[in-house]
Amino acid sequence: MATAKSTRNKAQQETGPAPFTRDQEIAAYRMMLLIRRFEEKAGQMYGMGLIGGFCHLYIGQEAVVVGMQMAMIEGDQFITSYRDHGHMLAAGMSANGVMAELTGRRGGYSKGKGGSMHMFSVEKQFFGGHGIVGAQVPLGTGLGFANKYKKNGNVAVAFFGDGAANQGQVYESFNMAELWKLPVVYVIENNRYAMGTAVTRSSSQTDFSKRGVSFNIPGEQVDGMDVRAVKEASARALDYARTGQGPYILEMQTYRYRGHSMSDPAKYRSKEEVQKMRNEHDPIEQVRNRLLAGGLVSEDDLKKIDAEVRIIVQESAEFAQNDPEPDTSELWTDIVR
Amino acid sequence: MATEILMPALSPTMEEGKLAKWLKAVGDTVKAGDVIAEIETDKATMEVEAVDEGVLAAILIAAGTEAVKVNTPIAVIGSDVNDTATGGASAPATTPAPAAAPVAVSPATVPAAPAAPTEDEYPAGTTFTAMTVREALREAMAEEMRRDDTVFIMGEEVAEYQGAYKITQGLLQEFGAERVIDTPITEHGFTGLAVGAAFGGLKPIVEFMTFNFAMQAIDHIINSAAKTLYMSGGQMGCPIVFRGANGAAARVGAQHSQDYAAWYAQIPGLEVVQPWSAADAKGLLKAAIRSPNPVVFLENEILYGQSFDVPVGDFVTPIGKAKVVRSGSDVTLVSFGIGMTYTVKAAAELEAMGISAEVIDLRSLRPLDMATVVASVMKTGRCVTVEEGWPTCSIGSEIASRLVTEAFDYLDAPVLKVTGKDVPMPYAANLEKLALPTVAEVIEAVRAVTYR
Repeated sequence: MATAKSTRNKAQQETGPAPFTRDQEIAAYRMMLLIRRFEEKAGQMYGMGLIGGFCHLYIGQEAVVVGMQMAMIEGDQFITSYRDHGHMLAAGMSANGVMAELTGRRGGYSKGKGGSMHMFSVEKQFFGGHGIVGAQVPLGTGLGFANKYKKNGNVAVAFFGDGAANQGQVYESFNMAELWKLPVVYVIENNRYAMGTAVTRSSSQTDFSKRGVSFNIPGEQVDGMDVRAVKEASARALDYARTGQGPYILEMQTYRYRGHSMSDPAKYRSKEEVQKMRNEHDPIEQVRNRLLAGGLVSEDDLKKIDAEVRIIVQESAEFAQNDPEPDTSELWTDIVR
Repeated sequence: MATEILMPALSPTMEEGKLAKWLKAVGDTVKAGDVIAEIETDKATMEVEAVDEGVLAAILIAAGTEAVKVNTPIAVIGSDVNDTATGGASAPATTPAPAAAPVAVSPATVPAAPAAPTEDEYPAGTTFTAMTVREALREAMAEEMRRDDTVFIMGEEVAEYQGAYKITQGLLQEFGAERVIDTPITEHGFTGLAVGAAFGGLKPIVEFMTFNFAMQAIDHIINSAAKTLYMSGGQMGCPIVFRGANGAAARVGAQHSQDYAAWYAQIPGLEVVQPWSAADAKGLLKAAIRSPNPVVFLENEILYGQSFDVPVGDFVTPIGKAKVVRSGSDVTLVSFGIGMTYTVKAAAELEAMGISAEVIDLRSLRPLDMATVVASVMKTGRCVTVEEGWPTCSIGSEIASRLVTEAFDYLDAPVLKVTGKDVPMPYAANLEKLALPTVAEVIEAVRAVTYR
């Protein structure tokens, strides 16, 4: 870590992440699988014309948000971009509510008025769902500001991609967050492509953990395909921010298997590259293999989880197709209070 | 039970495509995520991935087939190669979403009751004291910060420097550095941060040194603050005030002289106010701070030092109510903010000429109190609007359009607009004077509509 402040020594880095308990492995497996199956179903329903507009799938990146959620505590807020379905499911928002928003129905989290990119849950402390690249970074910094102002001991987590990491407002936020020691964790989900532009073609500094160096913000690179590594680094970052030391940057090295959005055929990378990631680094397979190899569960146990997850996803798809569209009077509501 | 695989759409507008290639054959085992086929349109080639597990039991559309309609079954996945009975139930539904019912009529076209007569705006027995707009704004913020400890102010030079225009003078001393916060010169970032703080339960007041600089932050004012209540289906609002000097000061050139009234007034989800008098500056700023909505509060540097009578004590002026500043019978003059200075002078000169002008100060631009304007025009039959902003799509344009819609039968003359000229603000003193409206232009417009 070539950062101004280091909170983790080399020995720790080399020993690998701390093992999960059986319950943690199973919980991570179940949630990542739910996100994977939900997104596959969303992609299928998009293809059928049931979901409109833009639809950005999270397949491949599941370990990032699941590991982060495992380290967050009650009251910690989070905010992200338009690639938001996984974040919501990981926080315990209902698959029915998310899927019905994708189909634009009244039972969706925003009553059908937000869509794939714009959902919120005050109850789960999820602050969206933002469609302008990088905008969630100062917004998330403001959530951290509110935590400090209210002295509530919570940390705000702002997720953004390698593409957003080049936005000017990100650095305006870094500056204020460190200047005012705000409790914020910046999670850069580096999935290697800003839409179709590889990081090497868009970024002069491709080690995103160093993006805070000139502001004195510590950062580290994390294997974002290993949920244990994500959880461990997240806990460290959250603790740093929670104890009043200021913001912290985590570069999650991850990968999206699908295109940027449903209409992206992803011709800017080779099939071999995608297949290699899927074969060698898939976040779900990693947990599955550990569970089986360690004799912690049987194939039948996993099949049972798979079946439970499929039922949740299938029910959400049915709900999202059968739930009515919003009442036409909703056109004129929720504009001002 | 088997499942049909349907022809997928690659984009919201795709209707058909070519089934280019099958990558699996009948009898092959298929796992979720396996690529089973490639499809092509004129724009792109894309892979079809299996969502269900099983055996590819049937291929219904041969490779190379052109113009396959979206949602056409292209293959069947079953538990084994003979399992092709989809039975309807397990096939993915293809029912299109129900068509939307006709859109409701905009409530904006229904005139509301006119505002209460302004002579009664403050209760009987109210005492007044002379105060500048600057002092009134400061009092409003100080009173609201005493009343509600979630209210704080941030902006450039608001604390140690005591405000670039001294609006925040003394606030740091009274409320401390946690609530009166100097920011770096980064409008985009600190505006986004303030909107996030509002999401987090605080009530920020963001001071822009001038609204010209807020153009860097307009994405957060509109996309993040104004639209969130709607996008969240009513779950999450954004109680925040964006305030600062708007419009031309004097001799500061094109980049520091723009009037943003019409820009912000166009945005659903915002409340927009632009006071003229010190009393309204105070009453409306207090209302803005208490509002659960994002409020754009447009001030003017030239007005900061002007004195008006202001009621003594705590009062709040409702957002969305215009004020009849002067009664008259021959013509209605509609203005707001600094435009009122030309308007009231013109009305006094017109009186000397024997023309009785009714003067309306809009005060709020969104919501716009058209009921008060319409009621006045029903009496006078004529209307002239006055503002410093540009003429195209101006507040005057909106008033003229609404009067044609809502008071057509009462108009005895076209509605005329007196505005700033359709040019960037020049620096040279003579040109700057020409670029701004004048009292003479207001009088000329009134004479035109009254045929005198």
